[in-house]
Amino acid sequence: MIVRFLDIVIGGLLMGGIYALIAVGFSLQYGVARVLNVSHGEFIMLGAFATWSLYTLWGVNPLISLVICAPIFFIIGFVIHRTYYTPLRISSESLAVFEGSSMLASFGLLFVIQNIALIVWGAPVKGYSYLAHPISFFGAVFSANRIVTLLASVILGLIFYLFLARTRIGKAIRAAAQDPDAAELMGVRIHQVLALCFGFGTMMAGLGGLLISMTSVMITPFMGLEYTLIAIIVVVLGGLGNIKGSFIGGFILGLVGTIVSYIQPGLSLVAYYLIFLLLLLIRPTGILGK
Amino acid sequence: MKAITKKYSLLGILIILLLILLVGFPRYVSAYKVIFLTNVLMYVIITLSWVIFSGSTGYISLAPAAFFGVGVYASAILSKSLFLPVFILIGGLASFCLAFLIGGLTLRLRGMYFMMFTFGLVELIRHFVQWWEVNITGTVGRLVPVLHHITIYYAIVVIFLLVLLTSYVIRRSKFGLALQSIGECEEVAAHTGVNVTRVKVLTFAVSAFFIGVVGATMTMRWQYIDPSTAFDIRLSFMPVLMAIFGGMGHLYGPIVGASIFSFLDEILATKFPYYYMLLFGVTMFVVIRFMPHGVEGVIQKWNKRERRGPSETP
Repeated sequence: MIVRFLDIVIGGLLMGGIYALIAVGFSLQYGVARVLNVSHGEFIMLGAFATWSLYTLWGVNPLISLVICAPIFFIIGFVIHRTYYTPLRISSESLAVFEGSSMLASFGLLFVIQNIALIVWGAPVKGYSYLAHPISFFGAVFSANRIVTLLASVILGLIFYLFLARTRIGKAIRAAAQDPDAAELMGVRIHQVLALCFGFGTMMAGLGGLLISMTSVMITPFMGLEYTLIAIIVVVLGGLGNIKGSFIGGFILGLVGTIVSYIQPGLSLVAYYLIFLLLLLIRPTGILGK
Repeated sequence: MKAITKKYSLLGILIILLLILLVGFPRYVSAYKVIFLTNVLMYVIITLSWVIFSGSTGYISLAPAAFFGVGVYASAILSKSLFLPVFILIGGLASFCLAFLIGGLTLRLRGMYFMMFTFGLVELIRHFVQWWEVNITGTVGRLVPVLHHITIYYAIVVIFLLVLLTSYVIRRSKFGLALQSIGECEEVAAHTGVNVTRVKVLTFAVSAFFIGVVGATMTMRWQYIDPSTAFDIRLSFMPVLMAIFGGMGHLYGPIVGASIFSFLDEILATKFPYYYMLLFGVTMFVVIRFMPHGVEGVIQKWNKRERRGPSETP
């Protein structure tokens, strides 16, 4: 009984770590940059493919790829925001219009990235195994790579939290999240900051994908959308734009997922959406909202 | 006054011409072209019905795929025992009821929240149906008896005319004005005596009805359906894009947008099967960035310039 319980709880936490990481990235892009980035999952997919290529072709350890991938993904996101979303935001009549059109544009981005990946890597499923030996924890057994992913995502989350709380740029980001116009009046270079947020969001998606690929999942060009949906659900769970909430929400959803799939496998996605819809109806500001 | 009557008679002639063309079309062209036109009309209908609700109120609904799928399943279950018009109607009514229920529950959500809810709804229903088929029925997907493509074509033409008529009537009526005022400012609309909830829910349900009807009709062409084709999320995004591409201020906007877009869709899919979705994504990107008011906006800009004379344009 206790072992079962540990199985479920630890399994949920392990899954939740990754959910939390990708949701924080998504939350940053929507909460601050106001782009509901449907292509978030595609960057996760790209992260997974990049790691797979580095590992199988050049034998680069996935944990070292973490350092290689982070700046690359950040730059991709930053450039996309500067060249596309910034002019779109300037030319939109209102923020509401921008939210609608940027969401649709990100859907276009989804197709573009997905098909580039299809052309580069092809449709067949890819995967690799890394640190796949079992670790026993009071009788509950897990593979080592899952523990590594949990640790990595918690550490990344903490680093980012400190960055937001302690640095000047972090302060600018928080100001931009509260009121972009006021922040601009106070001398924050608003478009630079929004692009930074989008870049950080993309970076976390890429790193999330990297960690996901370590847990021997199947890597395909079509794996992204599922993670986008999970990110959306977690972000609503934690409250839109609430970064701490997203982090906690990720763990909650991970736990719920393992509990439901323990009772009735196959219904976990249904349960996710049910929670999501109920939350939107009863408490749209999220569990941590006012 | 004279100009107005002239404009109307011109419009009347155009509509009659269009009707003759649509009805006579299958007699003179190949089966492929009939099927192709059926597809185009399907998107035109979905886009028009989407615009009935979302175009005027400004609530972006991503639920069309859910209503379409409900129609598909209704007709897949009933088509073996009932006539075409009957189960098409039932498909539409099923979507109507679903939309009525959802509308009542959710229309107090605004903006992004409404969009996310409708998006989540499609996925919820799809996963639930999938789970149901795997665990309860034991078979995923089902076979559907196929009807002749010309029968389906005519059914679609009739639905198209009905949607056109409905949108026109709604636009010209007090009801349409109420919708418009909700889109401009909901609080003001409520204060001027519009029963905001009733108007919104009813319109949402009417728009869902037509999408369900199309779903029920198109099923007869597919032979085999399963949850991922019936509740294809692309069906939710396409009408939004097509409406934006065409523009939503006039009735011709969505029609032009959906026609051009689905035409492009077909050509890209046959000419460049490998790069098709890539090109599709790029098109979306460009349209949203450079044509925020769609074809309609371009035409209006052009009209204004014409009226002012080319020398005056800055």
